[in-house]
Amino acid sequence: MSRLLALLGRETALAWGRGGGPLVAVGFYAGVTTFLPLAIGSEPARLAAIAPGAAWVALALASLLSLERLFERDYEDGALDQLFLSPVPLELTCLVKCLGQWLANGAPLALAAPVAAISLGAKPELGPLAFACALLGGLAFAFVGGIGAALSLGARRGGLLTAVIVLPLFVPPVIFGGGALDAFAGGLPWTGGFALLGAYALGAIAVGPIAMAAACRNALS
Amino acid sequence: MRRRTRVGKSWGDGVITQLVLEDTAIRRGGRLLFEGVSLELRAGQACALTGPNGSGKTSLLRAVAGFVRLEAGAIRFGAVEAEEARGGGLHIVGHADGLKPARTAAEELAFWTGWCGGTEASARAAAETLELQTLLPLEVRRLSAGQRRRLAMARLLAAPRALWLLDEPLSPLDARWREAFGGLMRRHLDGGGLILAAVHDPLPIPTVGLDLPA
Repeated sequence: MSRLLALLGRETALAWGRGGGPLVAVGFYAGVTTFLPLAIGSEPARLAAIAPGAAWVALALASLLSLERLFERDYEDGALDQLFLSPVPLELTCLVKCLGQWLANGAPLALAAPVAAISLGAKPELGPLAFACALLGGLAFAFVGGIGAALSLGARRGGLLTAVIVLPLFVPPVIFGGGALDAFAGGLPWTGGFALLGAYALGAIAVGPIAMAAACRNALS
Repeated sequence: MRRRTRVGKSWGDGVITQLVLEDTAIRRGGRLLFEGVSLELRAGQACALTGPNGSGKTSLLRAVAGFVRLEAGAIRFGAVEAEEARGGGLHIVGHADGLKPARTAAEELAFWTGWCGGTEASARAAAETLELQTLLPLEVRRLSAGQRRRLAMARLLAAPRALWLLDEPLSPLDARWREAFGGLMRRHLDGGGLILAAVHDPLPIPTVGLDLPA
């Protein structure tokens, strides 16, 4: 247990520093949200209608940024070898790595999500739900993204490959989260979409580490 | 049934007392690196693995560690099952040392010691033996190749495991540290340890030879 806590601390610290860490992701997120009004037009009514969905899609893209490095560095510098040679199952190691990724990148992005949605013209009441959706969705993005990152180990331009593998898997959480936010903004029942988002995140946490560990073993051999 | 034997001092989990390679062959990228390689190493013995560049020395080490699959043959660890042996019975130290350039030597030593099952006290003792104390506050990127290798080797001492797989252990070290590491290897063997080392220059300890053909 203390091993896993130490690993979580290390992974979070490394993810925080990796390629600028959360600042880059949040900066990218802010950039995309500022771009939208420039491209679509700045009429508040039109923007407010798409605000929740747009903020949500931008979040999914921003959480892709740091995924590339999740396993790549450890694979190149031999840390993955050392993590492997331990009584701790590789599946558990992968789970902790993704949690670290989520703490360092998903959580800061979740803090930025309500700001982005409201600045695009969403009602302030949407703020808490946007935060909750982003937090839960971030978990799904980290664990599903980890699969893509592990699968593209050893490939040249692995980051691009990760994005191509992962984007289709991001579709369900984007639909569920976007649906919940849209329903809330329209005054409709929103819990269904939110629950499905949670279910998808839990599924990703359950299945993701097994797939990641298998992909890592394959890359090491 | 798993049996555990204790030798000399107390090691970590899965005490390896024997390493046996039976007619092993490894294929990498479609090319057969070697075949029919056998070895029997007992507690207290070291093996110097030699061969020209590209003959498969590193691949053989990685096969023993469980990373590379064998094309043929088998690797056994005496009474210890392979999974247990690899999950805490052996160390591998090579060029890719897993140390993060942006973290301090102290942080890395503490983490890897804990991860491999050592204690704070054992980490301190290892740092003292390898004269790392003054380097500990530095970021890993500030260390020279030899200093960095010593930091990686601190794992070997901080978390005792019976089998050491070493890839070119001496190459970045200066004359004094080659000598000193020879002493550490001797101590490890005296305590019932095993060493399989890929080398170009002879090791400063008595070894069994295993030469891979070109």
